[in-house]
Amino acid sequence: MSLKDKLLSSYLTFQENTDLDNSIHDIKDEAIKVFEEHGFPTRKDENWKYTSLNSLTKPDYSLVSHADDAIEFKDVKKYFLNDIDTYKIVFIDGVYSSYLSETTHDGVDVCLLSSALTKPKFKQVIDVYFNKIAKKESLTALNTAFAKEGAYIYVPKSRAVNKPIQIVHFSTGNEANLMLQPRNLIVAEENAEVQVIERHQSLNSNAVFTNSVTEIYAGKHARVDYYKIQNDKENASLIDNTHIDQQESSEVSVHTFSFGGKLTRNNLSFYQNGEHNNSILKGITIIEDKQHVDHNTLVHHKQPNCESHQDYKGIFDDKSTGVFNGKVVVDAIAQKINAYQSNNNILISDKASINSKPQLEIFADDVRCSHGCTIGQLDEDALFYMRTRGIGVKEGRALLMYAFANNVLESVKIPQLKARITNLIADKLGVNIGFDL
Amino acid sequence: MAYTEDDLEKELATKEYKYGFYTDIESETFPNGLNEDVVRAISLKKGEPEWMTDWRIEAFRYWQTMEEPEWANVHYAKPDFQNISYYSAPSKKPKYDSLDEVDPELLDTFKRLGISLDEQKKLAGVAVDVVMDSVSVTTTFKKTLAEKGIIFCSISEAIKEHPELVKKYIGSVVPQKDNFYAALNSAVFSDGSFCYIPKGVRCPMELSTYFRINQAGTGQFERTLVVADAGSYVSYLEGCTAPSRDENQLHAAVVELIALDDAEIKYSTVQNWYPGNDQGKGGVYNFVTKRGLCEKNAKISWTQVETGSAVTWKYPSCILKGDNSIGEFYSIAVTNNFQQADTGTKMIHIGKNTKSTIISKGISAGQSQNSYRGLVQINSRAENARNFSQCDSLLMGNKCGAHTFPYIEAKNKTARVEHEATTSKIGEDQIFYCNQRGIDTEKAIALIVNGFSKEVLNKLPMEFAVEAQKLLEISLEGSVG
Repeated sequence: MSLKDKLLSSYLTFQENTDLDNSIHDIKDEAIKVFEEHGFPTRKDENWKYTSLNSLTKPDYSLVSHADDAIEFKDVKKYFLNDIDTYKIVFIDGVYSSYLSETTHDGVDVCLLSSALTKPKFKQVIDVYFNKIAKKESLTALNTAFAKEGAYIYVPKSRAVNKPIQIVHFSTGNEANLMLQPRNLIVAEENAEVQVIERHQSLNSNAVFTNSVTEIYAGKHARVDYYKIQNDKENASLIDNTHIDQQESSEVSVHTFSFGGKLTRNNLSFYQNGEHNNSILKGITIIEDKQHVDHNTLVHHKQPNCESHQDYKGIFDDKSTGVFNGKVVVDAIAQKINAYQSNNNILISDKASINSKPQLEIFADDVRCSHGCTIGQLDEDALFYMRTRGIGVKEGRALLMYAFANNVLESVKIPQLKARITNLIADKLGVNIGFDL
Repeated sequence: MAYTEDDLEKELATKEYKYGFYTDIESETFPNGLNEDVVRAISLKKGEPEWMTDWRIEAFRYWQTMEEPEWANVHYAKPDFQNISYYSAPSKKPKYDSLDEVDPELLDTFKRLGISLDEQKKLAGVAVDVVMDSVSVTTTFKKTLAEKGIIFCSISEAIKEHPELVKKYIGSVVPQKDNFYAALNSAVFSDGSFCYIPKGVRCPMELSTYFRINQAGTGQFERTLVVADAGSYVSYLEGCTAPSRDENQLHAAVVELIALDDAEIKYSTVQNWYPGNDQGKGGVYNFVTKRGLCEKNAKISWTQVETGSAVTWKYPSCILKGDNSIGEFYSIAVTNNFQQADTGTKMIHIGKNTKSTIISKGISAGQSQNSYRGLVQINSRAENARNFSQCDSLLMGNKCGAHTFPYIEAKNKTARVEHEATTSKIGEDQIFYCNQRGIDTEKAIALIVNGFSKEVLNKLPMEFAVEAQKLLEISLEGSVG
């Protein structure tokens, strides 16, 4: 039985076991139909030309974990950002772990989507925002059909969440093959502010396939910073679908740090529905072995006087492959747009490859749009210079690569997170050069 | 009265096709429709050897199994392939020794096209191979070329007189089965040009072909094959026009260039097929496959000025097979009214130290859609490959669109690839600056568009550059000086 058939047949059982009100049931029924019609995308789809899901859809996945999923905090402490106080929403094999989490309802709601979907007091927000921003494409629809758990963050008008929120998904590997479909909803009302750090982590090398959907709504003058850390084990695959709706004068930034995993696909879509928006999309990808990272971004400028900034850096070693597929659409009424898109790549090994497709679709005349894409190597002269000053080859290379990626790091607003990422990069490049990178 | 952008838009919308006239030359046209018999009949009509007929049939059989591609960013009513006549030739089969014998009406056509043969002969020193409705009418300067050993003739003549060359190279760069339109062309091509430059010869003059679709309801399927043997050089010019007609005319050409070791081919095109009227009715469908193959140290340079056609679908490409080979692509694509252009290039780097440069300028006005679609592919054995791409778009008015679809695929760590693209409009401050200095808005726009396209215009041979400028002028009537 193919994975598609399995998902379709388990949908009914799944629905019976969930206690939801009718409107949510309707949304799910509609979504499963979309998935049934389109199925998993193949390389014949233009958007999936360079990424094949064949190897992902082969294994026989468990859709829920049956084993006992308790894990000790000390075992997983290193995966959290510990040096600052944060809210935590932690899931183990898709199930909420109240033991590891720290949530709040004090002024803002930082809690679970499952309770938001079932409890009447959240109904108003759910009715307005749930599944409204997400596009009706196949994988997002699949998630919608099965969505029952994930993070729910609601920040009312003119409130700021006083500390960053960490969303961490652990998979224990108790099941041989596990498929997870977390669903997050983040709503920042007018003039609200929130920072979120998201991480997916598997704890052993059993296969995990995560199809995650996040919807972010940024009201007028709202500010949302979202950081994704993707540094998973070699058998963990992630398809991340993030849909963002921006209202007037809002600013949303999404930083994606892809350092590992078998296959990582980021579908990141920004819809600018108000004037004076600013959208920031940044990413660093450093991978090796046979890993595959695909960034598929869309910025849809629907209103005038907006800006978008995209900056993706990639370093590819061994047999790894990188894909960047960035698209900027400017509607005819969206005059005075400034859109920048840049994608820089370094190939370190002969077997590594990069496919880049930066696209512009422009229907307005008074705009400034530019995109740039480069593929190159480390500067041999610079490396030689460092060696003459007693810096080893490995360290010299690491320094250059760090400098290459630094642009993206600079806009990280949480200093402790920046330090964490820097350490991850140093670790990734296998160097200790006597001072913190 | 001040000349405003609205005025410009109005002018653009109402400009007329300058080359819209129809020459009443008696021509022999096949009935509409396509089947194996028609393919055989074309081959027979042209007195082709058996291998050529078989080659056509093979292509035709494969074509029947293919589907029309839909991936391009253009929308149009699909041509009905059974409603096209696949052969149309001026019936007074011309075999002239001098221009005096040429049908005066035909000569008049050329004069109106601005390529009066005798004038060109005298002034420009260009050898012109004129293809009107697919059959090569006259070739000038043949004797001068023959002295150097250069073969420049129609492809049907080449099939008869130089079968070994044609057999060796035809289909070697664009195979019969390459794509839908290449297969169709391979099956039914009626004529085209053939050019062979022997070893070490530098062709003393620019070779030129002028295409023109004359007869109603005919498709133009010409086939061009240029072979530059080791160490030779040739510059080849191609120009196209069509009379205005309400129905859409189909043009599906194939151009193959082969540059052997150390050879250089410069291929320039000025295309102003009838773009349809200001309602978007009529016009030519231009679906062309152009590709060049570079052996060691060879260089192929494509330069194109695309101002015509209702729908353009064209990607002149370079396969950089030999080490140290170079590919270049310079393009200006202008779309106006309801024109749609999806054009660009492919640079396939296979050999070591291969270099490619892509400069593409798109100008969209009216309600047109202008797309750049390109591929830069660095294969795993292409050490030290280098590419630079630049795609700039200029938008006039907010009813048109500019699109960029670059594909970049690198599989070698020593590759250096740069791609840049910008989209902008003519800046108000730029115009204001010109106004301040006494240059009126119309002239200022001309100045800016000219400057915008200069990088590509400069790459055209002298005689063509003048014509290209004229074309820009017509296409963006009133905006280019």
